[in-house]
Amino acid sequence: MMQAVFTIWQREVIRYLRSPSRIIGSLGMPFFFLAFLGLGLQSAFAIRPGGERYLDYIAPGIVGMVLLFSSTVSGISVIWDRQFGFLKVMLVAPIPRLAIVLGRTAGGTTTASIQAIIFLSISFFLGVRVPSPVGLVLALVFMGLIGLSFSSLGVALASRMEDPHGFQLIFNFLIMPIFFLSGALFPLDKLPIFIKILAYLNPLTYGVDGLRWALLGVSRFGPAVDLLVLSAVSGAFLILGAVLFQGAKI
Amino acid sequence: MSEKENEYAVTTAELTKQFGSLTAVDSIDISIGRGEIFGLLGPNGAGKTTTISMLATLLKPTSGKAYVDGYDITAQKVAVRSSIGLVFQDPSSDEELTAEENMDFHGRLYSIPRSVRKKRIPELLSMVDLTDRSGDRVKTFSGGMKRRLEIARGFLHHPAVLFLDEPTTGLDPQTRRRIWEHIQMLNSERDVTVLLTTHSMEEADFLCGRIAIMDHGKIIALDSPEKLKNGLGGDLISIETENNDKLLLLLAGADWTGKPKIHDGQVSITVTEGESKIPELIRLTEGAGINIKSVTLKKPTLEDVFIHHTGRTIRAEAGSTVDRMRQRRRAFGR
Repeated sequence: MMQAVFTIWQREVIRYLRSPSRIIGSLGMPFFFLAFLGLGLQSAFAIRPGGERYLDYIAPGIVGMVLLFSSTVSGISVIWDRQFGFLKVMLVAPIPRLAIVLGRTAGGTTTASIQAIIFLSISFFLGVRVPSPVGLVLALVFMGLIGLSFSSLGVALASRMEDPHGFQLIFNFLIMPIFFLSGALFPLDKLPIFIKILAYLNPLTYGVDGLRWALLGVSRFGPAVDLLVLSAVSGAFLILGAVLFQGAKI
Repeated sequence: MSEKENEYAVTTAELTKQFGSLTAVDSIDISIGRGEIFGLLGPNGAGKTTTISMLATLLKPTSGKAYVDGYDITAQKVAVRSSIGLVFQDPSSDEELTAEENMDFHGRLYSIPRSVRKKRIPELLSMVDLTDRSGDRVKTFSGGMKRRLEIARGFLHHPAVLFLDEPTTGLDPQTRRRIWEHIQMLNSERDVTVLLTTHSMEEADFLCGRIAIMDHGKIIALDSPEKLKNGLGGDLISIETENNDKLLLLLAGADWTGKPKIHDGQVSITVTEGESKIPELIRLTEGAGINIKSVTLKKPTLEDVFIHHTGRTIRAEAGSTVDRMRQRRRAFGR
């Protein structure tokens, strides 16, 4: 079981490292968000009276975006395995399906975290404030939890998707709203109440808040709440992914 | 498991699979002995792949029983999976990994110890002539190379039974021939029972010790290729002589020649085991002082067997196959 999980994890990581175009390509949009929105809007407003610069404020948010996109895509790529026949190879092997789910989500978490670290390093060159080493380590914890949550969600979604065409739908109607309603780009306090409720139900909100606490030292909910919510959500999504994958068709 | 079930590599009893109103596999009974190369022959949509998918635990039968390597395919799935290898109809390697990595990945999923993997993988790769490409990513491989890799991979964990679903479909003739040789070699050297599906007559004829002809989910004939063909009444011998009329009379008098006929300037007879009857025929003809110009022997093909049992050729099914596939897809809810 553990060997199977490790094997599948390793495959994910090897595949990730072998496609530099995917690595660079998927960092493009977040980079432009940070560079153009961050630097462009910096002069337009200060978030808090005497508070941090806008660039520093959104940097953890964009790290959250990198994690969200890359881990969901990694989880959903189960449908590509199905498309290319590789899923059958794993399903017919004498391993439990749970091992496949654990290997995949562990792989998605790892690759999404590597993406986030690369992105964070690049952001320092744009002038984002460099956090303390302790902050960086704490940020890793949140990165892992965000990655685990959304790669599990991706596996769950892929288990119920018949073909890759549904991906666009999921991206536009699930991933993008999750990103915009996470407080990544703007504070949530002044939002109309019903949007605020949605934002508070959004797991990424706590991820971004946790990252902001680790990297910038400011937080709305406090790190304990963030950690608790994210752990619960990632556990729940992992169980959901495992259950749905049990019934997944070949 | 009972003795009887373990004596065979595969047994099925009234194995049935329905997709909605479509009965894809209709109550089939087969027993495959250990070490056999057994073929399921039939047109596309006959239920061959569905049968294999059930035996490989990927599909749950609607009713009936089946045992693979002595294990029940519904109650002992994991044991069945450890006992089998499966080469799918469509490519199923990870294109981003190298040939060797694909093999290694597979070996680890089957919990083969590292030392054994290190030994077996180069052996198998060399057996399918991929040694010099073992470090290349599979996406650079041709269709034939991918198939050879997957067949080698199917043997990696020394399965008791190897399922090959259309192993050479879509490959060029030379590659097909090589793959057939590899399958034979691996079957005899590793003592692996092979169950393959095919809609190619030549393939079934060349490789299989026994064949089950499938059509519309049912097995309509099951025997060795030779016996199936002989079952049609025998071979057609045509003999061209200087005096066909005299020969006709002569042959009509013999008891082993059936009903001789003259057509196209030849006398033809239908006999069993034609090749052993030719010397006799020549002796008889020349003994009567008739000069022979030519003798031809036409063996019935499996195609003739299929026509005999269904009234259609296998290829004539092409049009309706698509419909059946569509029907099946709808039944799947796609």
